[in-house]
Amino acid sequence: MKRVYVNEEWCLGCHLCEYNCAFANSGLEDMVLALKGRKLFPRIHVEGDDRITFAVSCRHCTDPLCVKSCIAGAISKQDGVVKIDRSKCVGCLTCVLVCPYGALAPGEDGIMQKCELCLENACGAPACVTGCPNRAIVYEERGGAE
Amino acid sequence: MKRYVIVGNGTAAVGCIEGIRAVDREGEITVVSGESRPVYSRPLISYYLEGRTDLVRMRYRGNSFYADNGCRVLYGRRAAAVDPSLRAVKLDDGTELIYDKLCIAAGSRSFVPPFEGLDSVKDRFTFMTLDDALALEQALGTGRDKRVLIVGAGLIGLKCAEGIIDRAKSVTVCDLADRVLSSILDGECAAIVQKHLEEHGITVMPGDTAVKFDARRAEMKSGRSVEFDVLVLAVGVRANTELIKAAGGNVNRGIIVNEKMETDLADVYAAGDCTEGFDASLGERRVLAILPNAYAQGQTAGTNMAGGDRTLDNAIPLNSIGFFGLHMMTAGSYTGEMTEERNGPALRRFFVEDGLLKGFILIGDTVRAGIYTSLIRDRIPLETLEFGPAAHEATSAIYSREARRKRFGGVV
Ligand SMILES: Cc1cc2nc3c(=O)[nH]c(=O)nc-3n(C[C@H](O)[C@H](O)[C@H](O)COP(=O)(O)OP(=O)(O)OC[C@H]3O[C@@H](n4cnc5c(N)ncnc54)[C@H](O)[C@@H]3O)c2cc1C
Ligand code: SF4
Ligand code: SF4
Repeated sequence: MKRVYVNEEWCLGCHLCEYNCAFANSGLEDMVLALKGRKLFPRIHVEGDDRITFAVSCRHCTDPLCVKSCIAGAISKQDGVVKIDRSKCVGCLTCVLVCPYGALAPGEDGIMQKCELCLENACGAPACVTGCPNRAIVYEERGGAE
Repeated sequence: MKRYVIVGNGTAAVGCIEGIRAVDREGEITVVSGESRPVYSRPLISYYLEGRTDLVRMRYRGNSFYADNGCRVLYGRRAAAVDPSLRAVKLDDGTELIYDKLCIAAGSRSFVPPFEGLDSVKDRFTFMTLDDALALEQALGTGRDKRVLIVGAGLIGLKCAEGIIDRAKSVTVCDLADRVLSSILDGECAAIVQKHLEEHGITVMPGDTAVKFDARRAEMKSGRSVEFDVLVLAVGVRANTELIKAAGGNVNRGIIVNEKMETDLADVYAAGDCTEGFDASLGERRVLAILPNAYAQGQTAGTNMAGGDRTLDNAIPLNSIGFFGLHMMTAGSYTGEMTEERNGPALRRFFVEDGLLKGFILIGDTVRAGIYTSLIRDRIPLETLEFGPAAHEATSAIYSREARRKRFGGVV
């Protein structure tokens, strides 16, 4: 299955992916309306320091610990995509405690949100990848056990 | 066609069912469910009382879960005995189920010490099941006029307190231990949490507990007395080991299982709160009564019961809890050298031994904490990382470029 992969050597640390993610999941059509003056809660984030930067989003793990650990049964894996049912989440952060990649964070409402590959929003494919100016994140098929 | 029997219908049972079905779509699965309802998220019973979920949303799996997985569920039935020589489970109504593979996923129950005068208390509850929560809800009513005494300031007692504070006139929590959450927090961390609870209206009485009850009055060890209308007993839990013990299996504080979740009885597995598994951070057996472990153990048992191959050798204690907006996370064991970092009200403590992260306590600042958890779980030598003593914000930048390439550039 296709996933988002990181080429950290090419990451400029520009945080555009964060903006594109927040916009893609805002459900709004106007980027200015969606983002301007607001605190963003993107599902991808850039980590690092002055030497190195890289973007982190859900790895859609083969054997996902978040799915097994969610105390509400709110996270599931469907056709390879790890999804969250936000109506069931109670914001206990157990998933944050178990995700080895630091890929989950709560949204503005304290309810967890995560990368679902933009498959169900208006983009249809990861907006972070489409908007990355340096191809530092890519959406593709790579080998390995499923 | 293989016959699978699962005793219990909680998270461990679900893990077991999903583990079986990932390997065997055909076998016959029978679930003996002591509770008369489909599986629900047990930790959510306090969130239910708080109004943060409801009976529909707190279902742990969707409506068609048992049908989709071809399970027969016997609701309201209890397994009374296991006979390994006949491969039979005897139920409380006398019927017998024959199994090829059996999983005991019977969980734990509240432990109620023999308090003097307990029978004189009319409205008294434990806080383990949804039925307990519904009964407590009934007793509290809608008048917000009941004084509640909770005995036990562990996770269950405190979650109950948070859940009912807006439905009660007052909530008092006492505990024999000198601090709240004594099994997962040290004194200083517990003090932070206690203060926060008190700021939100809960009366906390550490180092004191009820010794005698007389209808609506508790006499405390300290000599004080507490008047109440509703009593909740959350002193502790005990693993349900009796079925295996009576069948001649090896039990200690929980049913003893190996890393495949096999008991020492042939074709009998056990998973979840009823077991004593291996704590990788401690290097010893321990009952790990937490939901993530129940699922992982159940899935491991189910996979192996169906002829697959799965081992679980990296389980550790893990807790992520919040009270009135203050989040805390704990993991592993608090052994070795402690380093601490404070940032305003946030406090983070790390425990390092033999070059490995063994445990941590995070209060307030919990961002990306799973990065730390995986260092404990996967026993990653800290010398291969940039994990300083004043461990900064959790980040995968602690890994080498090569390790990061594998983590973020490969299928994991
Ligand atoms: C209030 C509360 C809050 C919690 N909060 C958290 C939390 O935040 N995070 C966390 O990780 N964990 C939490 N836990 C713990 C978590 O709920 C358990 O670890 C988990 O539910 C264990 O799952 P299990 O399947 O092993 O057992 P259970 O969920 O206890 O299921 C066992 C089932 O087996 C049934 N049973 C027992 N004996 C028999 C028999 N002989 N025949 C038939 N059926 C039988 C029982 O009726 C029960 O329904 C909390 C628990 C409580 C009570
Ligand atoms: S949230 Fe974390 S644990 Fe869950 S699938 Fe994504 S990367 Fe894996
Ligand atoms: S925060 Fe939400 S999604 Fe994460 S474990 Fe808790 S209930 Fe599940």
